[in-house]
Amino acid sequence: MSQSFIEAKNVWKRYGGNVVLERLSLRIEEGEFCVIVGASGCGKTTFLRMLLGEETPDQGQLLLNGAPLPTEPDASRGVVFQRYSVFPHLTVLGNVLLGLELKAPLLGRFFGASRRAARTAASEMLERVGLAGAAGRYPAELSGGMQQRLALAQSLIARPRLLLLDEPFGALDPGIRHDMHELVTALWREQGLTVVMITHDIKEGFALGTRLFVFDKVRVDAQAPHAYGSRVTYDLPLHQSATPKLAVA
Amino acid sequence: MKRLINLHPPRLPALLMALLPFVLVFFVYVTASNERLAANPDDKILPAMTTFSRAIQKMTSPDPRSGQVILWLDTASSLERLGTAIGISALLGLVLGISLGAVPLFSAGFSSFVASLSMIPPMAVLPILFICFGLGELSKIVLIVFGVAPVIARDLQGRVQEIPRELLIKAQTLGASSWTIVVRVILPLVLPRLIEAVRLSLGAAWLFLIAAEAIASTDGLGYRIFLVRRYLAMDVILPYVIWITALAYVSDRCLAGIGRLAFPWHNRGAGA
Repeated sequence: MSQSFIEAKNVWKRYGGNVVLERLSLRIEEGEFCVIVGASGCGKTTFLRMLLGEETPDQGQLLLNGAPLPTEPDASRGVVFQRYSVFPHLTVLGNVLLGLELKAPLLGRFFGASRRAARTAASEMLERVGLAGAAGRYPAELSGGMQQRLALAQSLIARPRLLLLDEPFGALDPGIRHDMHELVTALWREQGLTVVMITHDIKEGFALGTRLFVFDKVRVDAQAPHAYGSRVTYDLPLHQSATPKLAVA
Repeated sequence: MKRLINLHPPRLPALLMALLPFVLVFFVYVTASNERLAANPDDKILPAMTTFSRAIQKMTSPDPRSGQVILWLDTASSLERLGTAIGISALLGLVLGISLGAVPLFSAGFSSFVASLSMIPPMAVLPILFICFGLGELSKIVLIVFGVAPVIARDLQGRVQEIPRELLIKAQTLGASSWTIVVRVILPLVLPRLIEAVRLSLGAAWLFLIAAEAIASTDGLGYRIFLVRRYLAMDVILPYVIWITALAYVSDRCLAGIGRLAFPWHNRGAGA
């Protein structure tokens, strides 16, 4: 059997007596756009935090390219959260630059030629997400949609192989959300990313994903609702043309 | 009629209302002073305005023997002590606070220790400082640092821990090391809080300064008012108190201004 990009093998997660995930198994191939949907408390965020390296499974294995996932966040996995995804003390350009500069060992800054190169790359990325005109502004002066565009730009400039999205558009207006869908789909294609996105909007899931996972509890004890955890109850492959506005390249 | 909590005074009346308590206190003082002086012209408790101006003139003109202006001499030595001590406290508080807030291994070892340290009443250790460091400048500065730095450190520790988890994770996914997270994310995020912490601790710093000067010193604002207390020289003490208050007020406003200029992103509506 060929090796998957991400593989979860019989993963369990408990918090005290509260079972969140049980016997969770799934495989994700490189280049897929996976959307995870499920009710509140179904463990989808817990699973994302495991993919980030913030949490570890109590039982079972979580593999990236066949090797156990690093147990702390690193540059192989980018993330955009619903809130607090950009740094309030840096301008828009500064935020994107930070995506390159944090790797510099001593001061976390570039100087001279490497700084100029980084600025050019950051400006190009801002151009790509449509924020070129806002380069000098601080995040608090941006709308919610612009902040999420910035968060995407900042994550992607660090060239992660896996992009994790934790309800990134949950706080946005429907019109802006649609623009963001187009942007994220385009960036996913251009950069050959693997995306795992969490949403509780199932329509969003169908619109964006190449694959849809539904997390739910298989067993439910009405007397002890936390006794059993969730796992993947549906694993639906979707057609990529599900995003009608964007022609497949 | 609107609710009381919704009534805002217009600009000019608001200014007059702000001045009113000052004018009132002044008026009450002058009346009381006049009455006491009418009963006893040698009364020293509530001196007349003319007595004040004579005393102020004396303190602000060169001393016939040393040639020094006493008020400036006192102000310079007090501010030098206070400035040095506040600078050291801020630096120490910043380093300790970030280490405690950001490094679990460090806070496991030192968090309770620093918390206990900040609970020791600094005045209670003043005798120890005098014994260990002598009666010179060092013990005064150490007293202020001892009283202020642990409070700043604990405040900043809390501020570091308040930084949203998402920001620190995001930085890690951008390839940051612990060190680059500290210098590029945590430090700039808590610097404005440091200025606020210093502003809040200025009052305590003045308290420790005046206490130390009162007990063992040969100059300084606190030394002077405790020196002339022996002669019931209210005509010197009251102007000194007002001068100290003015210095404290101006330094607070300066710090606030520095904070606004240096951190334009801070307090700009809801955070990102």
